[in-house]
Amino acid sequence: MTPRRRRLVLVLGIVAGVAIAGALALQAFRENVMFFFDPTQIANGEAPSGERFRLGGMVEKGSVVRQPGSLDVQFVVTDFQRTVPVRYRGVLPDLFREGQGVVAHGRLGPDGVFTADEVLAKHDENYMPPEVHRSLKTPAAAPTPAPEG
Amino acid sequence: MLPELGQFALILALLLAALQAFFGLAAPALGRDRWLAAVMPATAGQAVMVGTAFACLVASFVRFDFSVAYVAENSNSALPLAYRVAAVWGAHEGSLLLWITLLAVWTVAVAFGVARLPARFGARVLGVLGLVSFGFILFTLATSNPFLRLDPPVPDGRDLNPLLQDPALALHPPLLYTGYVGFAVAFAFAIAAMLEGRLDQTWAKWTRPWTLAAWAFLTCGIALGSWWAYYELGWGGYWFWDPVENASFMPWLIGTALIHSLAVTDKRGLFKSWTLLLAIIAFSLSLLGTFLVRSGVLVSVHSFAADPARGVFILAFLVIMIGGALSLYAWRAPLLRSNAGFEFASRESFLLFNNILLVIAAATVFGGTLAPLISDTLGLGTLSVGPQYFNPTFLLPMLPLIALVAIGMHANWKRGRLGERGRPVIVAGLMALAIAIALVFGYYAGRPGLALVSFALGAWLVLSSLFDPLDRLRRGLSMPRAIIGMTLAHVAVGVFVIAVTAVETYTVEQDIAMARGETAHVGGFDFRFDGVDAIDGPNYDGVHGVVQVTRDGTPVVTMHPEKRRYLVQQSVMTEAAIASQAGRDLFVALGEDLGAGRWSLRIQIRPLINYVWLAAALMALGGAIAASDRRYRHARAAAAVPANAGQGSTA
Repeated sequence: MTPRRRRLVLVLGIVAGVAIAGALALQAFRENVMFFFDPTQIANGEAPSGERFRLGGMVEKGSVVRQPGSLDVQFVVTDFQRTVPVRYRGVLPDLFREGQGVVAHGRLGPDGVFTADEVLAKHDENYMPPEVHRSLKTPAAAPTPAPEG
Repeated sequence: MLPELGQFALILALLLAALQAFFGLAAPALGRDRWLAAVMPATAGQAVMVGTAFACLVASFVRFDFSVAYVAENSNSALPLAYRVAAVWGAHEGSLLLWITLLAVWTVAVAFGVARLPARFGARVLGVLGLVSFGFILFTLATSNPFLRLDPPVPDGRDLNPLLQDPALALHPPLLYTGYVGFAVAFAFAIAAMLEGRLDQTWAKWTRPWTLAAWAFLTCGIALGSWWAYYELGWGGYWFWDPVENASFMPWLIGTALIHSLAVTDKRGLFKSWTLLLAIIAFSLSLLGTFLVRSGVLVSVHSFAADPARGVFILAFLVIMIGGALSLYAWRAPLLRSNAGFEFASRESFLLFNNILLVIAAATVFGGTLAPLISDTLGLGTLSVGPQYFNPTFLLPMLPLIALVAIGMHANWKRGRLGERGRPVIVAGLMALAIAIALVFGYYAGRPGLALVSFALGAWLVLSSLFDPLDRLRRGLSMPRAIIGMTLAHVAVGVFVIAVTAVETYTVEQDIAMARGETAHVGGFDFRFDGVDAIDGPNYDGVHGVVQVTRDGTPVVTMHPEKRRYLVQQSVMTEAAIASQAGRDLFVALGEDLGAGRWSLRIQIRPLINYVWLAAALMALGGAIAASDRRYRHARAAAAVPANAGQGSTA
């Protein structure tokens, strides 16, 4: 091959490789990306049934119910307009508390109960996931940061 | 007094950085050689002033000066001395000052280094670094001043975030930043070369050790962060594809490509404009990382602040720096033409494909990291991208890359024939396949597929890397540090691949509710839960569980997973207990009191996980050894080096 031909083959190879990688990445992206919904959107039927998505909001005060001695726990996520009951089996994160922000990954069942396979809580007391913060539409109901201790 | 002194020093540093940038860039551009003399004093002065400011902040922390807002936010009278120092970079303002300080340290090192280089080139390098310093100091003073006073002062501070009260995390930011900031040096060298309009192999020789050093620090920093996440977050994971992890990983990938591309530019005078582009991208991604972390636009463990003014400032800085650099590149790069050729299976080709694959990998990470941001901004819905996306798209370019490294190391420069060097590559490949089969079907019993492929590739890389140095030893040839470093780093990559494969394929984990005296059987071990005891720490209280581990009736270890409550912030923290064995880690985290006398526990057995970080440490060590090679130290200002000089077999 002449150097010119060789360079052409090389460039074509690179372009093809990048194109294939791009297509595969896009495919993986489309299949695996998770959308975020708040309880109001779920009540409006915007959330897909049977697909994994992220549910976010506040853990309603007094809603955490645990079967004594078992890993099964239920709680209610609220955006102060609508609520969604959540079922989870496993160890909850340290920062999971009633009245605090939470993001759960899982699926919405036909009974309207969200079965979570992963629960994430925010990482410090003044920090709320921005998506949760935005979905809390009533400013008055949004909790103020804890007073300086 | 001290905070005011610190702030004053920082303002002086800003002015001196401006002078450093002005004289460094204007003197060569306008041909005023007498101005060159001003660059060094300005640089030295800037470094001293930044050092003073940093020392003032450290002193304020050490002396419990709670009249300083930043100290009051991030320290407490019960906080031990070591963490009071580490608290300096525990939040946004201080970590920026750390960034600036480390940039000053690099700048001083570069100033010593460029003293031997042509005066105009050295001045330009320092000028670019001065420009970067100026931007960051201005940012700190304008939006994130750590020296602001509280009026009235508070009696006691709010304490450092308990997650950060840990030795590994105290060291993680300085190492990571040293790496990030180190790419500023390669960037400055690239800009200086473009301003000169001249780039020869000597340039690559000057740039290589700096880039290697930065890369080694970045490797250490990332590994330390990952190790910390593993034992401190209580989840037992070591990589979450968290946006901020990605932000540090993208410069690493591009930096890795840059190291190898520099090797080609150094040895053969090829890939010049590509090398420049990588140098610009590596630093741009470091800046982007800062933007992502500091502006709070992404949801992450690391997002400190959500102040829009900061985001806008960094974005503007980013646009000016990157936009300016790329414009300069578009204008100047066509001047830098290479005239040498190479054959298809030569080492140049292998390194070219290595670069392409690394850039593709970085691009997929980039896409996944920024997609949520873009989708959100365009109103397409709030989405998140997790490991389900990153794992496959990252593996796709990486697995062929490992094979390319295993073969490419034995390829010749310029010539496209493996020849007699082909045989050991094949032998190593067959041995690796045997090892992989033994591991999958013998030791770990099952689950072949990807594990078989990855084990084989990893083992192939290890064996193949060792061949050349062993051959050199046998024949009594000299062993330059560049080769030792390269071998070490490549062996480490192989070990890393094997370790990650084992962890990802053969981890056993279980969340379980246990009463006192109950035993859980996990992965061949018996975990007996013997209840919890109260504990009392300096600034926390809590409980620790007692878990007796036995295997076939033989006691193995007693583990004490803790649940701590930090008193000042009233935050609860899980301190997982980890027992490391040669082939695996036993991991027990204490969940919560479930009532009815039972606790939730998370039990994991993770094979070879320690070798993930060991491999990262070896990679960094390899980089450091290679950076100290003699041929860089003697790389003097020889203006023209013949295109074919210095052709060894190092890369």
